[in-house]
Amino acid sequence: MDLTPDDVRDVLRVLDSSGLDELHLELADLTLTVRREGATGWTAEQQVLRRPVVESGAAVAAEPERPRAAVPEGMVAVHPPLVGTFYRAPQPGAPPFVEVGDGVGEDTVVGIVETMKMMTPVHAGVRGTVVEVRAGNGELTGTDAVLLVVDPARDATGPVEGSR
Amino acid sequence: MRIRRLLVANRGEIAARVVRTCSRLGIESVLAASDADLDSLPARLADRVVRLGPAPAAQSYLDPAAVVRAARSVGADAVHPGYGFLSENPALARACADAGIVFVGPTVESLQAVGDKLTARSHAVAAGLPVVPGGEAGDLASARAVAAEVGYPLLVKAVGGGGGRGMKLVRSAGELPRTLDLAVSEAAAAFGDPRVYLERYVASGRHVEVQVLGDGTRAVALGDRDCSVQRRYQKLFEEAPAPLLPAGVHAEMAAAALALATHLRYRGLGTVELLYDRERRTSYFLEMNARIQVEHPVTEMVTGLDLVAEQLAVAEGLPLRIRQEDVVVTGHAVECRVNAEDWAHDFRPSPGRIDRVVLPVGDGIRVDTHVQGGSVVPPHYDSLLAKLVVHGRDRADALARARAALDLLRIDGVTTTVPVHRALLDDPEFAAGGVDTAFFERFLRTRHPDLVEVS
Repeated sequence: MDLTPDDVRDVLRVLDSSGLDELHLELADLTLTVRREGATGWTAEQQVLRRPVVESGAAVAAEPERPRAAVPEGMVAVHPPLVGTFYRAPQPGAPPFVEVGDGVGEDTVVGIVETMKMMTPVHAGVRGTVVEVRAGNGELTGTDAVLLVVDPARDATGPVEGSR
Repeated sequence: MRIRRLLVANRGEIAARVVRTCSRLGIESVLAASDADLDSLPARLADRVVRLGPAPAAQSYLDPAAVVRAARSVGADAVHPGYGFLSENPALARACADAGIVFVGPTVESLQAVGDKLTARSHAVAAGLPVVPGGEAGDLASARAVAAEVGYPLLVKAVGGGGGRGMKLVRSAGELPRTLDLAVSEAAAAFGDPRVYLERYVASGRHVEVQVLGDGTRAVALGDRDCSVQRRYQKLFEEAPAPLLPAGVHAEMAAAALALATHLRYRGLGTVELLYDRERRTSYFLEMNARIQVEHPVTEMVTGLDLVAEQLAVAEGLPLRIRQEDVVVTGHAVECRVNAEDWAHDFRPSPGRIDRVVLPVGDGIRVDTHVQGGSVVPPHYDSLLAKLVVHGRDRADALARARAALDLLRIDGVTTTVPVHRALLDDPEFAAGGVDTAFFERFLRTRHPDLVEVS
């Protein structure tokens, strides 16, 4: 078990009267370093070493490490701006922002990434035509995941849809 | 029924917080964790851990069947839902009851009574609470009738909305038909509930709230809090008691909260949220939250109570152990929410691996957190890393001590909102107290325009 805040305050009282500036405790399940900071302040750095006691049958599903996928020569990969859950459409049931064959500009929104309950738009970042959609709707994507592939040589003719 | 084994059906700092009270009370804690949280700090602190489901919350923390399955598999006699997720979901309360497991929260009836905004409003009216002038708008004719009473500007609010979602401002009578149409269709699409109601627009309001605790028969009010420092309806800083209210308002708000809790025969911990109109110097009922709140530690600091322990006791069916006359508010407490967000880039989320955590310690200082060196902050859940809670003799003392404690707090590896709290605590308008809910966005725009990304 860890030390409670009351335990830590007890340690502080002992330290305060001892004139010591630092105390390092190593117990079986945790380490604790208490330091004097300036005239009156104290900090604690605690590390709980105890491994969780997970009930049997609980398989830890590690997030699969995805190698940075290659895109064909001359093509441009669109990556999410931050790690999160990728959505292809503005809301469930709505048509996707873009499909294969659509023209995009640098500022075209091609999806949304939800990270920590906040939504961030994904911009194409390049002008061209979508030739492949790789990430599925609702898929957790890291910043090197390839969401879609754009062919910059096939520039969409006329005004690019969704440029904003 | 005595609770001996408690399933904590939540994650993050509140899971660690509930586990701590369990170990103090000698209750065995079993953490129900998603795959992303099986090696989290709360998992290390809990006596045992049971797998709840995959990382996405919809398949774990938001799945009532998964929670009850987990509780059964470990033979838990009670479930603590924390806040957020399923904490106010009648489906979990009902599923627990069906399985013969104690739900640490109000009855299904209370959850339903306060879960729907219009039902909650009518209960508040029945209990004699002042509500923001307004009413349901089933069609344009009834909307015009309500508008004639409350005047303009007014707000159209979706019954199914909340947290700032589903709210529209109407400046004048000419705008009403169009905005009403839009609000109804958006509410139907976004919340699956087309009902809307109208409310007077309060130009300068403060978010104040009263902590209540009931045993189904009797209730006590445990002081008030001010949570007006918000960005996009997300609270950043809270304090207890609410500062700079005219004499009598604290007592009025406590009486209002007690009247509602008594009317509902409320059992459990709850918060009655009020809107304090700074111009009219009066408060109105907004809604009731039927769970423990993120900001509960400020109330614990000034009352000396362990709210989770009291919550468990009334869930066991025990009568209240606190009499109203025993509730004494001492000094002032503040809470800074430290989030994994980059405030210099429009509060962009910053998940990742924590390298090192150094926390201030001492009398009157408390940090509730779920991270230590080596912890991983997953992208699936909210960004709250830690709550720095500081108790002082009075508000000025609490703010000064919080400022000193912030300088000692280090969470390395992800970008945090510590700098925003430093700037906030240095701000004279904030230091004076009693700011309204529009203050913080104004503070960012005018005092720190360099830190607001043009979007």
